[in-house]
Amino acid sequence: MTTVFDIHGGIHPPEEKSLSNPGEVLDAGIPPTLVLPLSQHIGKPPTLEVAIGDRVKGGQLLAAAEGLVSVPLHAPTSGVITAIEPRPVPHPSGLENLCVELRCDGEDDWLELEGFENWQSEAPETLVASVRAAGIAGMGGAGFPTAVKLLAPQRAPMHTLIINGTECEPYITADDTLMQVQAADIVLGAEILAHILGVERILLAVEDNKPAALTAMQAAAADAGRVCEVMTFPTKYPSGGEKQLIEILTGKQVPTGGLPADLGIVCQNPGTAVAVKNAICEGRPLTDRIVTVTGRALARPGNYRTRLGTPIDHLLGVAGFEPKNNRRLIHGGPMMGFALESADVPVIKTTNCILVPTEQELPTPPPAQACIRCGLCAEACPASLLPQQLYWYARARDQEQLERHHLADCIECGACSWVCPSHIPLVQYYRAAKGMMADSRAEKIRSDRSRGRFEARQERLEQEAAAREAQRAARRAAAQQKAAQGGADDPVAAAIARAKAKKEAAAEESGES
Amino acid sequence: MPAWVESQPLLAALMALLGLGLGFGAVLGYASVRFRTEGNPLVDQINQLLPQTQCGQCGYPGCKPYATAIADGDAINKCPPGGQETIDSLADLLDVEPQPLDAEHGEEKEPNVAYIREDECIGCTKCIQACPVDAILGAAKLMHTVIVDECTGCDLCVDPCPVDCIDMVPRKGGIEHWRWELPIPAEQRDNIIASDRAAA
Repeated sequence: MTTVFDIHGGIHPPEEKSLSNPGEVLDAGIPPTLVLPLSQHIGKPPTLEVAIGDRVKGGQLLAAAEGLVSVPLHAPTSGVITAIEPRPVPHPSGLENLCVELRCDGEDDWLELEGFENWQSEAPETLVASVRAAGIAGMGGAGFPTAVKLLAPQRAPMHTLIINGTECEPYITADDTLMQVQAADIVLGAEILAHILGVERILLAVEDNKPAALTAMQAAAADAGRVCEVMTFPTKYPSGGEKQLIEILTGKQVPTGGLPADLGIVCQNPGTAVAVKNAICEGRPLTDRIVTVTGRALARPGNYRTRLGTPIDHLLGVAGFEPKNNRRLIHGGPMMGFALESADVPVIKTTNCILVPTEQELPTPPPAQACIRCGLCAEACPASLLPQQLYWYARARDQEQLERHHLADCIECGACSWVCPSHIPLVQYYRAAKGMMADSRAEKIRSDRSRGRFEARQERLEQEAAAREAQRAARRAAAQQKAAQGGADDPVAAAIARAKAKKEAAAEESGES
Repeated sequence: MPAWVESQPLLAALMALLGLGLGFGAVLGYASVRFRTEGNPLVDQINQLLPQTQCGQCGYPGCKPYATAIADGDAINKCPPGGQETIDSLADLLDVEPQPLDAEHGEEKEPNVAYIREDECIGCTKCIQACPVDAILGAAKLMHTVIVDECTGCDLCVDPCPVDCIDMVPRKGGIEHWRWELPIPAEQRDNIIASDRAAA
C-alpha cells in the first residue's frame, strides 16, 4: 500500500450519502421535451447547426465547437427542434441563455455510431479529436472541455493520470454509483486517457467511505490491460478538490496560479473517463449522465441516468417530489452548489446532483453576525489561506491585498463558512471579490488596448496633417519659384496688375465725365 | 592641520560646510542632467488609471490631455466613465482627498458599446472620423459597422450620424458578465438577532 499524505484543514460534515442508495442506477426516462443550453461548459458557446422544424436523430450534432476552448452539443434522443430561444438555465444568476428545445418522439432512434476497434494503434491526436467531437466537458462540476486538458503533453511531458473518484461532497453519490456499476468502463476509459496523454502511471483514487466502489474498482483494475493503482485515503471534505487530491496522493502542491499539468499530472472524473470510453470505443457522444437526485423532500431519492436537457421538473416528478416539505432546490451539493430559483431548468453536462432538502434537514442559514475573529476558518481552509483577512479585504474591495493573500487559490469549497460561528457567508464574499477582480483585469486589458489605439490614431492624424502641410508647402514653393523665374508669369502679380489697370481705367473714365 | 584653523574655528567650520555644500551641489547637478527623465512620469501614471474611453466628457480631447491637466492641478473628479473607483485611485496616487464625481460632466453609467443599425447606414464615414479609437469599420458609400471589442462606448459617433442609426447598448448584459454580489455585512443590517427577525 502506498502512503498517502494529509492536507491542511478540512471538515467532516454529515455525509448523508446512503440516502440516495449508491450502487443502483434508475432510469429517468425520456421526457416529452428536452431543453439543451448551448453553453454547458467553460469557454465559448458552440455555433448552431440546426434550425426550428428540423427532425434530428439521437447523437446528431446540434451545435459545433467554436474555437479551441469549446465543446459541441448533440441530440440526446430523436425528435423535432421546436424552439431556439433564451430559456432559464441552471446558473446562480437565474438568467436566461440560448437553448435548443427538442420535442422527443419517444422512438429514441439513433444515428449509426462507429468507434475505433483498435484504439491502441491510433495516434493521440486522432483520439483527442474524437473526444472533442463527442462534446465531453469535465463532469465533476466545473465543466472544462476535456479535449483541451488532453493537449497538456504538447507543452510538457505528463507522467501521472488521476481518476478522481473522491466525491467528497455530502449527499452526492453519482460517481460512487458509476464506480460500482461501470468500474470496468472507468478503467478502460482511464487506459485510453493514459494512452492519449502518454503517462506511465494511472491512479484510481477512492475515498474510504465508499467500500463497495473501492472493491469494484480494485477488481476492475486487476483485470485491466495495464497497471492501475487503486488508492484509498481517509474521508475528509474537500479531499476531492483537484489540487487537494494531488497533495494527498503525491505529497506535492500545485503552485499558486499553476495547473496540475505543471507537476506532470492530469486529473479526470470517473464520469469523464466513461464518456471518453464511449466516445472512442463506440463513437457515442456525451448525451446523458448519472444525476444524484436526493433530499428528504423526495419519496424516491436515487441516482438517475438522465438525458441532458431533461427538465429538473420532470426529474423531481420521477423521484416523487413532495413540495410541501421543501423550501429550497439546490443544483450541486450542499457545500458548493447554488440555489435554483425554479425547477424549470434543464440538466446539463455538469449537473452531478439535485438536492431537495426539507427545512429540518438543511435549515435556512441564520442571519450573519459580526466576525469575532475566532480563527476557525483559517484552521478549516484546505488551501492554507487566511479566510478572515480575505473577508475584510473583500468587504473593503481592496484588490491589491486580496491578490497578496492569494484569493485566486480559494477553491470555494465552503469549509470556512461551514465552521463560522457567526454564519458569515464567506464564500459569497470570495466569489464576489473574484468577479470584481476578473472585471478589473478585463477592464485593464481593454483600457490598455484603447490607449494604444488612441495613441496610434493621434500619431496617424499628425502624420496626415504633416503630409498635407508638406504638400501645401511644396506647392507654394513651386509657385514662388515660377514667379521668380519670370515676373509676368506670376499669376498673383498679373491679377493685381489687371485689377489695378481696371481701377485706373475706371478712375480716368469718371474723371472725364 | 594648518594653524589658522585652530585660531579661526568659526571660519574653518563655515569653510567646511561651504565645501560640502558645493560638493553635493555639483553631484546633484550632474545627476539631474545625466539621469533626466523624459516627459512627465506623473502624467503617465495618471493616464494609467484613467479608463481610456477617450470620450471627452471631462472637457479635454481624450484621456492623456486630461491626465496632463490633472498633473497641472486640475480636479480629479471629472471622469464619469471611470466613476468613483477612478477618483479614489487617483486620490490615492496624488495623495489628495477623494471627492464625489462632478455632476457637471455627467453621471456614472454602466459601460456601453455603439451599435450601428446597418440597414439604415448610408455610408457617410462621419462616425469613422469621430471614433477616437478607430473602432468603426467601413468606407464611403459602403455600410459601416462597429468592432465591438474595440469600442470604448464614448458616444462620440452618435451625434455626427446624419441618419441617427447608431444606438448605445449595454456592454455587459449576458449571463457571462453576471457576478456574485458582495453580501451586506451584519453590522450594516437591522435585525441581526434571529429572535428580532422572527418577531418582526
